[in-house]
Parts: sequence; C-alpha cells; structure tokens
Amino acid sequence: MLKKLLLVAVLLMVVTGVSVSAQGVTEINIWWAEWDPANYLQQIGNEYEAATGIKVNVVTTPWSSYLDRVSTEWAAQGTSYDMIVGDSQWLGQAATEGHYVDMTEFLNSNGITETVTPATLQYYGEYPAGSGTFYAYPTEGDANGWAYRTDLFEDADNMAAFEAEYGRPLAVPTTWEELRDIGAFFTRPDDGLYGVAVYTQLEGDAITMGFQNPFFSYGGDWYDETFNTLGVVNSDSAVASLELYKELYSFAPPGTNNAFFQEMNDAYVNGQAAMIMNYFAFFPALANPNINPYADVTGYFPMPAGPDGERFAALGGQGISVNNYISDDRKQASFDFITWFATEEVQARWAELGGYTCNIAVLESPEFLEVAPYNAAFAETMTFVKDFTNIPVYGQLLEISQRYLNAYIVGGQGTAQEALDNMAAEMDEVLVDAGYISE
Amino acid sequence: MAQVSTAQPAEAAPRPAARRHLSDRRIVQLFILPTVILLILMNIFPLIYSLFLSFTEYSVISANPPVWVGLENYTNILNDPQFWHYFGVTGTYALISVALQTLVGFGLAMLLRTKFTGSGVVTTLILVPMMLSPIVVAVFWRLIFNPSYGIFNYIFGFLTLLLPTLMGVILVLLLWRIVPKVLGESTARYGRMALLILIPVVAHLFWRVVLNQDQTYGAFYQQVTAIETGPEWLAEPVLAMWSIIIVDVWMWSPFVMLLCLAGLSAIPEYLYEAAAIDRASGWFQFRRITLPQVMPLLLIAVLFRTIEAFKQFDLVMGLTGGGPGDVTRTVSVQLYQLAFQGQFNTGQSSALAYIVLVIIIAVSNLYIRALNRAREG
Repeated sequence: MLKKLLLVAVLLMVVTGVSVSAQGVTEINIWWAEWDPANYLQQIGNEYEAATGIKVNVVTTPWSSYLDRVSTEWAAQGTSYDMIVGDSQWLGQAATEGHYVDMTEFLNSNGITETVTPATLQYYGEYPAGSGTFYAYPTEGDANGWAYRTDLFEDADNMAAFEAEYGRPLAVPTTWEELRDIGAFFTRPDDGLYGVAVYTQLEGDAITMGFQNPFFSYGGDWYDETFNTLGVVNSDSAVASLELYKELYSFAPPGTNNAFFQEMNDAYVNGQAAMIMNYFAFFPALANPNINPYADVTGYFPMPAGPDGERFAALGGQGISVNNYISDDRKQASFDFITWFATEEVQARWAELGGYTCNIAVLESPEFLEVAPYNAAFAETMTFVKDFTNIPVYGQLLEISQRYLNAYIVGGQGTAQEALDNMAAEMDEVLVDAGYISE
Repeated sequence: MAQVSTAQPAEAAPRPAARRHLSDRRIVQLFILPTVILLILMNIFPLIYSLFLSFTEYSVISANPPVWVGLENYTNILNDPQFWHYFGVTGTYALISVALQTLVGFGLAMLLRTKFTGSGVVTTLILVPMMLSPIVVAVFWRLIFNPSYGIFNYIFGFLTLLLPTLMGVILVLLLWRIVPKVLGESTARYGRMALLILIPVVAHLFWRVVLNQDQTYGAFYQQVTAIETGPEWLAEPVLAMWSIIIVDVWMWSPFVMLLCLAGLSAIPEYLYEAAAIDRASGWFQFRRITLPQVMPLLLIAVLFRTIEAFKQFDLVMGLTGGGPGDVTRTVSVQLYQLAFQGQFNTGQSSALAYIVLVIIIAVSNLYIRALNRAREG
C-alpha cells in the first residue's frame, strides 16, 4: 500500500513539474562575480520580478575562482545558469566553443545595438572583431581612470614649487609625461607620500591592464591586422611606454609590488599615494567618507594622452550572455530580461544604483554626470576604451605579457626593449601554433 | 507478557538460515567494496584518464574530443628551456629549503631533548606554524615582509647591524690572547684597546669588502641594506626565493623537529652510559650514537619534506605568485598556469604532471634506499 502511495506521489510530482514548465519560466539565474555591481543587479532583478512575476537570482562567485568555475560549467555544458556576466576576454573562447548564444539577430532586431556606445558593443559583445556578430549585451561598463588628492594639487606651496621646478602650473595631467612629472614631484618618502600607485599584480591580468593604458596611447598594440606581433609589440613607441610605466612604478608606495584594485584603494585611503590608477567600479569606495578619509578632497580624471595626442583606457567590465545549453523557453526568458534591462529607464535606474551603464542616452544625461563625482570622467573614458585581445588563445598571450611585464617593471630584469622583444617572439609562436599566422 | 515470550523464538528462527548465504569472505568483500569503488572512481580512473590525456591535444573547456598526438606533449616540455628553468627553480628551492629545515629541525630537537620546566609548552608553541593553513601563513608573511609596515625589515635591519658586530667580537676574542705574545706584556693593554676599535672596522669591512667580492652576495647585500624603505623581499629577484624559503623553513622545521624528537627519545640511555665509561667525547657520542640512531626517522622527515617541496604551490602563490616575472615559479605553479588561468591546456598539463610524478618517485626511491641502508647499518 505504501509503495503504491509513493508511486502516485512521484507521478504527481512529475506531472506537476511538466505543467509548470509548460506554463513558462518562473525563475531565471544570472551568474556573476562577487562584487558590488552584482548586488545592484540583484536589486534590478527584484524590480523585474515586481514587474513581471519572474524571479531573478543573481548568483555570485569570488573573482579569484570565477573563470575556473565558469570554465568547469562550460565543460559540463551545465544548465544551472541562464545568463553569465562574463569578462570581455572570454568572448572568443565562449563563442567558438559554442557556450554562448549568438545574440546578433536579437540585439539588432530590437534596436539594442543602437542604444550603447560603439566601443562597448565592440569589446563586450562582438566576436570576431569587426564581424558584426554579437554574443553579449554590454552590462557593466568599466575602464581604468585616476583618482587624485585635490588638497595636494591645490596647495599653494605645492603649486608654487611645482611651477618653479617644471615651468608649468600644477594641474590634472593631460599627457603621460605630465602625469610622470607630478608623480615624481609628490614622491616624498620622508613624509610617507608617493606620487602614484599603479597595477603590478602578476596573477590574473592586472599588470597588463595597467600597462595597456600608456601602451595603447603611445601607439602600441598586441598585434596588427594580420596578427603579426613582431615589430608591433616591441615597437619604439611601445618601448617608450614601458619605460614610462616602470618610471611610474618607481614613484609608487613600497610594498605595491603585487598590487591590483584593492591595493590601489588601500594606498590611497592610507594617504600614501597622491594619485592612483583603478577601475571606475572601485571608485565608489573612495567617494565614501566612511571608507576614505580623503573622500571630500578626491577628484577623478580620465587617462591622459600619449605623445601624439591619442589616448586609450584599458577596458574592464563585462557583458551579459545567454547560456547556449539551456532550453528554448529559458533562452527566450533570458532575452525578455535583457530587452527590459536594456531600456533607457532601467539603465538609468542601473546607473542610479551604482552600476556602470553603457547606454548612450544615460551616459550623456545631466543626472548621470552629476550623481557621482567620478561619473563625468567615466562617461568621457567610455568613448576611448580599448581591450586586450579576446581571441581563444588570449590566456596564453596574457601569461606571456604578465610574466615579462612583471619581470621588468617589478623585478627590474633586463631592459624594456629586451622584455618586449622576448614578449613579441613568444606571442608570435603562440599565434603561429594557433593558426593565426602561417609559419 | 507470556504471549510475547513464547512468540520471540518462533520469529527468530529463520535468521541463521538467511545468514548462511553470507560467508565471512563475502562479508569482508561487502565491507571493502565501497572503498574499492571509491578508490577506482577517485584515484585509479583519474590517474589512467590523465595518463591518456597526456598523449593528446585537449582542452577541458573545449567541445572537441581529445586528439592523439603521441609523445608530442612530453617532447615539447622536455625541449623547452623555459620548463627547465621551472624545474631548476623547484630543485633549488627544494634543496635549500629541505637542507635548512633539517638543520633547524634537528637543532631544535637536540635543544628540546632534555626536559626542563615548561618544555612541553615550548614544544607545542614551536609546532604551531605547521598546524596553520599554508595560504594563511602566506598572507601573514606578506604583511610581515611589507617594506612599509612589516616587522621583518625592522628585525632584519637590527640583525644586519648585529651580525657584523658579532663578527668583530669573535675576531677580537681570537686575537685577545695573541696580543701579549706578539706585543709583549707591557704593551698588551694598548694592543687590546686597539683591538676594541677594530670591532666597527671589521664590521664595516665584513659587508663592504668580503661579501661584495661576489656578484650574488654583493647584490644581496645591496638589497638587504637598502636604507630608505628596506628591501622589498617579495619583489627583488635575488630575495624573492629566499623569502619563500624563510617562510617554508619557519613553517616546516617543527615537523622535522617532531620526528627527530621521537627518534632521540627512543635512543637507549645505556649507550651513552657505556660511551661515558669509555671516556668518549660529546662529539664522538653524537657522531656514533645520536646521529645513527636518529637517522631513519630523520630520513623519513627529509623524504616527506622533499616530496612536499617538489609539489610546492600554495606558499609560492600566496607570497610571490611565481614572480617577479617567473623567478620563483615552481613546476606546480607552472602546471596551474597551464591547466587553468585562461589557458586550459589539459593535454600538456597532464604530461607535465606525469613528469613531476616520475621525478618524485625517483627521488623518493633514492631516499628509501638510503633509509633501508640506515636501518640495516
């Protein structure tokens, strides 16, 4: 008797389950790294649930293990998550391996491609570059910028001393050379003050991301249109940019030899650095007087220009992609969410919560520009962002750049020319092996 | 009550019949089976499958199946000078670290051999480092090594002053008795005063002249005596490896000490009594009694530590990440880079893992042979 009852119960559960899925998706899961923007996205999700009745769960994983966990999920062709907010560099791997849904038709037909800045659509969504094929909607726009101590910059003694030494007023730098001079000027070890703090971390991509800012602005690049690295990665301008970055590191607080976003903010909050490089996503902490004692005297500025006036900022941030292994119903539910999320009203709300929108109209709105002290610099930056490569072998290329940059900048091994020559040669081998260049 | 007592034997009667189907051998097998299944699933299968993958071109995140490439992964690794650099780093680290741990651990065991008031507490406190998680240790030591606020430079700065002074004192003591013979008793007092002045001079010369003759020590000296901020232990190529070794020795010398203490406490007292009757010196007793008796356990400690040193990953990742550049990148860190970190080169990383396995087995065999010889001897 008991067995019969159990059988009926199991059958009822199966039938009920079938009826729920037939009625449509009631819950969608989004996977992202563990940081504040994911919390903001959960709030957006709560508002989506209030509007549509569909529950949105934003599940997070620490940054340090995020890629490994996502990769494992890809390998298993898992369906635990409907959408993944992934790094721009993962795009090539995910697209060629078939982990992400091709969103070109969806984004074009809904006019969503027209709502975001071209650079963000290109770097967060497009693969291969220039193909017009999109795999992600630009969600959390981010790039490197600078925070600086306005009290030090506006101090009369500092202004007079700087002008006497460099023959120009002490002001927010517009070129990398100006930034270097200001860094040198404020480096006063006896007072515990240092000019700049820059990314140096070996693990992950930090030192490469930091170096890319002067590298791109000086005219350097990772390869040309034929994937040739020789003479490109190690061009004269690239060497000059690396020498400049190393010089900046010499003005950095001691102990920042393995530093990324957390160490940058720490150096600033501790009063050790007059200027710090960081992703805009980490500037809200600096604007908070409970965290940063210098919050009231903190200003923000975008990346300065290279010798030819060109300027680029290394791209951070992520786009939202749809998991290719989920059912069609769930894919449609994911598209519905993105359609709603991409509207100007929701993007304005996203920005209000603290998310970094890529929506053109919101970026240009006076409300956005005034709501936070760093938003004006962010809006300006998003017009000249540039990313590391997103081709499937990016991991191998990144390992090479990290190793050589860290050895030269932090370890002081060899010269800038040697570091970039070796880097170009090794990158060339990887690209030959991967079939991008014929031998 | 009466009904119950009469019904029980009738219900219990079939049990022996059912048990007859399970022999003792079958029961043993049933108990072992779950373990065997677990072993096959968790150990044997991954071992064989990764061996297969080491002969293929394969990425774990790829939808493409493994492609057989024969020995290509192995030849690529063995022909790549970069990999030999990582093997060199691992070997250097293992050699220095294990040697120092053996010396420090054995020394501590000798000191703690004689019981004194509070020796139990002292022994327990010394064992604390090896009870900590390596990654926690690495995070702590990163703070300790920090040139701005870490305590290591403060202590080391003190030692760099102390060491030359100590060298000077030793030299003065050595010359103290010779002075009267050379200068005569009447002028010996002035000679000895001159010797006292020698202390700072010798201290200065010790670092400036003697050590600077050598490029390696010269660079080392310049970095450890950087005046403005103190040395950046984790950022300087010469110092980074030493930083990891210092932490490893701090963490694992207690392990060597523990095994040596066990060996020392097992030495029969009558051996020393017999040696004392024969008027054997302390050094002779140590060489002929203590060391041979402790040797088997000491070799076991060295074996374990060598295997661990060859696999070193967490301390390196936590302290330097393998940097600066790849100066401190051990084979295990390189394995991690290849297998994960955006590369996911599963085929080649499997091959590298098997090469490491073969090296560890070979080194272990050498130790085990030495261990057997020590036991037989």
